[in-house]
Amino acid sequence: MIKQQVIIPSATTGVSGENKGEVRIELPIAGMTCASCTATIEKALASINGISQANLNFASKKAFVSYAPTRVRVGRILRVIKDSGYDVSSEKVTLKIREMTCASCVRKVEDALKGSPGVIGAEVNLGSESAAIEYLSSMTDLKSLKKTIESAGYKTGIEESQSREEDSKVREYRSLLRRFMVAAIISLPVIAVSYPKFFPGLKDMEMDTLRLLWIGASIITVPVLIYSGSSFFKGAVAAFRHRAADMNTLIALGTGMAWLFSTVAVLFPELFPENTIEPYFDVVSVVIALVVLGQALELRAKGRTSEAIKKLMGLQARTARVIRKGNEIDIAIEEVLVGDKVIVRPGDKIPVDGVLVEGRSNVDESMLTGESLPAEKQEGDEVIGGTINNTGAFKFKATKVGKDTALAMIIKMVQEAQGSKAPIQKLADTVSGYFVPAVMVIAVTSFILWYDLGPEPRIILALLGAVTTLIVASPCVLGLATPTSLMIGIGKAAENGILIRNGEAIQVASALDTVVLDKTGTITIGKPALTDVIIIGEGNEKDVVRFAAALEKNSGHPLAEAILQGARTRDIVPSDPEDFKAIPGHGVEGIVDGYRITLGNRKLMDRVGADLGDLEKDSHTLADEGKTPIFISIDGKAAGVIAVSDPLKEDSIEAIKGLKGLGVDVVMITGDNRRTAKAIAKRVGIDRVLAEVLPEDKAREVQKLQLEGRKVAFVGDGINDAPALARADVGMAIGTGTDVAIEASDITLIKGSLLGIQAAISISKATMKNVRENLFGAFFYNTALIPVAAGILYPLWGITMNPILAGAAMAMSSVTVVSNANRLRFLKVTGRDG
Amino acid sequence: MDKTIVTAAGVLTIGWVIWFFLFSKKKEYRAAVSSGVQEVIIKVKGGYTPDLIVAKAGKPLRLLFTREEEASCTEMVVFEAFNKSAKLPPYEEVTVELLPEKPGEYDFSCQMGMIRGKLIVEE
Repeated sequence: MIKQQVIIPSATTGVSGENKGEVRIELPIAGMTCASCTATIEKALASINGISQANLNFASKKAFVSYAPTRVRVGRILRVIKDSGYDVSSEKVTLKIREMTCASCVRKVEDALKGSPGVIGAEVNLGSESAAIEYLSSMTDLKSLKKTIESAGYKTGIEESQSREEDSKVREYRSLLRRFMVAAIISLPVIAVSYPKFFPGLKDMEMDTLRLLWIGASIITVPVLIYSGSSFFKGAVAAFRHRAADMNTLIALGTGMAWLFSTVAVLFPELFPENTIEPYFDVVSVVIALVVLGQALELRAKGRTSEAIKKLMGLQARTARVIRKGNEIDIAIEEVLVGDKVIVRPGDKIPVDGVLVEGRSNVDESMLTGESLPAEKQEGDEVIGGTINNTGAFKFKATKVGKDTALAMIIKMVQEAQGSKAPIQKLADTVSGYFVPAVMVIAVTSFILWYDLGPEPRIILALLGAVTTLIVASPCVLGLATPTSLMIGIGKAAENGILIRNGEAIQVASALDTVVLDKTGTITIGKPALTDVIIIGEGNEKDVVRFAAALEKNSGHPLAEAILQGARTRDIVPSDPEDFKAIPGHGVEGIVDGYRITLGNRKLMDRVGADLGDLEKDSHTLADEGKTPIFISIDGKAAGVIAVSDPLKEDSIEAIKGLKGLGVDVVMITGDNRRTAKAIAKRVGIDRVLAEVLPEDKAREVQKLQLEGRKVAFVGDGINDAPALARADVGMAIGTGTDVAIEASDITLIKGSLLGIQAAISISKATMKNVRENLFGAFFYNTALIPVAAGILYPLWGITMNPILAGAAMAMSSVTVVSNANRLRFLKVTGRDG
Repeated sequence: MDKTIVTAAGVLTIGWVIWFFLFSKKKEYRAAVSSGVQEVIIKVKGGYTPDLIVAKAGKPLRLLFTREEEASCTEMVVFEAFNKSAKLPPYEEVTVELLPEKPGEYDFSCQMGMIRGKLIVEE
């Protein structure tokens, strides 16, 4: 059999014309579940212009494609495969590349990578000194890629997009500071020349000499405009191209106008009446200096707002020790694949999510779950990436890596939440759309009014009015007000194990007045235990438990496990039931060893006609103790009552007290019987109980509360409570570690404690307060200062605004908003540590 | 006399500002369709280019953002109506996938709302 040689290298464009421009590549396909999938993909590929052959092999999960690189690119092929519903198992990585100095270096590296086996795509960027590479992990790995780059003559390092962003932020900060220094230094002589009265040497100068100095000032202010102020002018032009105007437009116009006017006035004094020439070059350079300084400070303050995310990202490990082909090797964490066997030594950070397969240890999971006691891990237990191993050693199989780990998903969720908006922002957003053009209109109006109606020197006052208006207006604060506070609030919540989905969730959470708590698993631990067995008649305890356990074998009821466990402790091995039937809202029934057994509540006993006698009183006693009584009848006769009790979570009482202290009504909802529910409610301090609620009615109960005019939060464990969580104004899923349904709820409490509810609400309240402060400040600042700058106070009290003061105010406005938001970082969260 | 000139010029300027920034029509860009998916490449530099996108309802829409600047303003793009936001690291192509179901106009913007774009979804 002739084996056709599969040409592996150059799985990208950039192939030499040797093969008459045709290349055959091998692509591993993911997502094929059956042989017919191959037909789908083959058809999709065959329809692409430029592909001459496409064969899929289901067994090896590979696609063999022959194509002409000049007519179709690999990227297109991959997209077609993806659009058909499958995927190519490729990996993406970004590598930092040093010592690239020019465009031809870029070309060299790109060609080297693209010609390397298994590389699907490579994009090198000079500006960010990095290469984004997509490759097939079955054919190559990071080490080979790095070698390829090194053989092209450049050094590499693993790129973390986080550090790239930080680098660019640092660069921006330094650039701002440099621009500030230049503007500040130039401002000194310019100020001196603009206010000659105050300076000994200049005081007595001749007008003509002074004019020469002013021309000099005009000239040296140019670099300030071009260099220090470059971002404003570039930004204004860019916005202009999009038919938009922003803060850059205002500053560029304001300073530009001031400079133009002053230059014309100095060069052609004849055009202006009398002695009205006053140069305003100081305005130009000082305002630019101040605004640039403001931007630098703002950037620094903003850097602090992302602290929470940085902390979370710091939890990730960098390397992992895996066993590949029988050898233990240390690899970068990005290279760990699902299914890899990972070795963890004492003190190691667990790199990815997985299941323990060998060994045992204690793991400190406090950073994710809040459990201060280390969790014992043995074979079969889940381990979470980012947690720290204590003193044992073990091996585990990686189940989730890279973006799929719990930690990565949490980080992603927090990042997305930080980018979301809250409904309160709507007004600010609408206003910002019109804001800058409106300011421009006001500036022109101010000019006209000053010129037509104002006193002499009219043209100067008109110019000042317009320029000051343009400079003092601060559109940035409108845009910054909400997002900055939200960012910090969400970050703060995340630090406390509270994941908030978006800004809207925070806003609604801050207005909650009612919290509905699901009993089992939320107020209680969710691990019920068999506590009492009371018999009547001739039965004995062992039989009763045996029959109950037999029925519960097949029941999915949460209390089933308690009964089965009770059987185990009594050394009872229950037989299998026949004719098993579950009756919702009542219990279960079936035939065990020939006897007809029913197990359930009072309603069930009434249904089968079993007379409870004294059992009823016993059940009341049990219920009053907070236990759930379950009756059992054998062949239609009441035989006994079993009590199952679910212990309370440690901090439930404290948490509920805390919630009531916040002014929130707490309601318990449960499917359990009323008496038991009431007893437990009394113990934890809940006044309102909704008992005997069927699972499907929980959402309806939430709605009933909402119809009372309440803003309701529902707290449950996520799995069974999805409708209620969705129905509530704020749905909170509570659980520990990774088993919480993060997707289903507005707020997720990863630390399984109820204290998180109080923390979530108080953080939300504090955040919204901060948002309102910022919004008020932003609106007040602009509505108060813009008219004053335009001259509205002049007719009343002769007050005008100095343009330099306007610049200072505008520069400080954004910094103030960001600093106010930063105050949130110091918020003390009640009931949590730090 | 000069006052009239100044006033007239001023009023004209105001009119122009209002027209130019608030009312003038932006050039729209229709999403190209390939294999059932609508795709648009958007350059992010000082603004979104293009910033007016027309797409069809019911078909998945893929927006490929490449941010070509480092100024922190544009580091995130937010599609409020779709409850989606994406971080745009500098010089990287980021894909945002949406499924526009209802026809209408949807704004998207940077996190601070200063840089804006509009997505128009038609039948």
